[in-house]
Amino acid sequence: MGRIAHGAVEEIVKILCGVKRVEDPDQKIKVNPDGSWIVLDGINYKPNPYDEIAVEEALRIKEKQGAGEVVVVSIGGDDSVTEMRHAMAMGADRGILVKVDGRVDSDAAARLLAKVVEREKPDLVILGRQAVDSDQAQTGQLLAEYLGWGQATFAAKFESLESDEEKAKQPGLQVQDGKVRVIREIDGGLEVVDVQLPAVVTTELRLNHPRYASLPGIMKAKKKPVEELTPAELGVDTTPKVKVRKLSAPPERKAGIMVPDVTTLVEKLRNEAKVL
Amino acid sequence: MSNVLIVAEHSNQSLKKSSLHALEAAKQIAARSGGKVVGLVMGKGVGEIANEFARHGVEVLVADDARIEHPLAEAWSKVVEKAAKEISAAYVVAPAASQSKDILPRVAARLEAGMASDVIGFGGEGAEITFKRPMWAGSVIAEVEITTPVKVLTVRPTEFPPAQPGEAGAVNALELPELGTIRTQFVEFRQVKSARPELTEARIVVSGGRGTKGDFSPVEGLADELGAAVGATRAVVDAGWMPNDLQVGQTGKTVAPELYIALGISGAIQHVAGMKGSKVIVAVNKDPDAPIFQIADYGLVGDLFQIAPELQKALSSK
Repeated sequence: MGRIAHGAVEEIVKILCGVKRVEDPDQKIKVNPDGSWIVLDGINYKPNPYDEIAVEEALRIKEKQGAGEVVVVSIGGDDSVTEMRHAMAMGADRGILVKVDGRVDSDAAARLLAKVVEREKPDLVILGRQAVDSDQAQTGQLLAEYLGWGQATFAAKFESLESDEEKAKQPGLQVQDGKVRVIREIDGGLEVVDVQLPAVVTTELRLNHPRYASLPGIMKAKKKPVEELTPAELGVDTTPKVKVRKLSAPPERKAGIMVPDVTTLVEKLRNEAKVL
Repeated sequence: MSNVLIVAEHSNQSLKKSSLHALEAAKQIAARSGGKVVGLVMGKGVGEIANEFARHGVEVLVADDARIEHPLAEAWSKVVEKAAKEISAAYVVAPAASQSKDILPRVAARLEAGMASDVIGFGGEGAEITFKRPMWAGSVIAEVEITTPVKVLTVRPTEFPPAQPGEAGAVNALELPELGTIRTQFVEFRQVKSARPELTEARIVVSGGRGTKGDFSPVEGLADELGAAVGATRAVVDAGWMPNDLQVGQTGKTVAPELYIALGISGAIQHVAGMKGSKVIVAVNKDPDAPIFQIADYGLVGDLFQIAPELQKALSSK
């Protein structure tokens, strides 16, 4: 699929990254009075943090090779272009907006992305492990299955992060011989897998620290092309398989008591809470 | 009849406790849907693990084959699909842990099923079951409906009690389906070795936050006195002070021990999402206004470097 052979090492020509517009995870999220959705007044938006890591990784692979193209895809309304411009200011080359009204579930997102992949024929797709709004952590795996590709979820690095000028901006994903080697962060340790290209990789926090957009980067990003597509053009029915019926606030945990010293604390834990 | 397939996780040596919690969730679904629960154990040399699972009152299918030695999603999803079809499963359930999170979405795609992740409880009426799951880092609980005939779920082990041993179910071999070309190859697993109990299974967890300034010795000293697991916040992990394996929170692990001791932790939403299900929470923080005190059962204002060793001493002198 469009890979160029350079002796034993093959080069990745095109990397596709997903960028989702999400509510800034550092602000307080509240349910609206009828439980139909969250309160959106005054909410700030950001690119999904895991997606920024995906874009950073794609850029590092491209920079290491000295060639290649990084394409960012967003599924959402017109306002999602803001988050794509952010990715393009980091260095991504162009954007594709799949324009939808309202929200789509993980499955519809994966089926839309699969169609974009069929058109674009990337060698590698890098997505965030989950979006921090819906927290489903499914889209990458669904996409890999719909494409019939291999996958490596929760991509990380052996050591904890990062600096030394952010580890001299080396990618964690190692591309060689038509494969990508991925260190996966899983329960109990780290697993290393080789996945044949083309492949889908999803990012864990410990893969990299995304760069900031530079001022020249921001200026350049304004001129980078954004193509618009619709689900109808892609031939995808976005009727959700998972419907949100109602939202509610989680049960509040009541504040307990303050204790003056360790002796009182131990006494309470032994005799009142009976956990020691 | 709506049968429930429960996909077990194991360590190759033994069944993970999370599988028993997920089994309990599966039994709750079956009780409402009127179906039966069937377990699935996959791997190589996993016969004894299948027997252990079956001793918890569940019939088990076991796919034991060198070709599925490692839990690669491409291969294992095909085995789960086959098992689900064989028993006419209307529900496929697994613990919300990294292995099942990797595999189950592919199963959902293969079964044309909708999937809900990290389910913490059930709603709806009778056989019409809805699923409660956290969104926005647990700031919100969503009640979702899955509209497809087959429904795939991962369930949070901390939200369901473990299934108890019962009359042993039958264990039957499941023949592997045609696996086709598998494009993923296992290279190695680097296990994190620790003498302490596993974070998600410990009775007591002692966690440290930014207040440790990277010195975890008071946290570890107290944890070892109590036979507890050590946890950390995202800030600690991001600073590179502790490995991510120990992270408690939205982007880390969800824990619900009997006692959670938070040392130098402010109580960011992100962290609280991963530990607020704990039975008793103790918070020690220098800042009397730290949000952690709003959810703690017992709060103590002070310097963790003084209080943790004092607490350790008080406990050892008993």
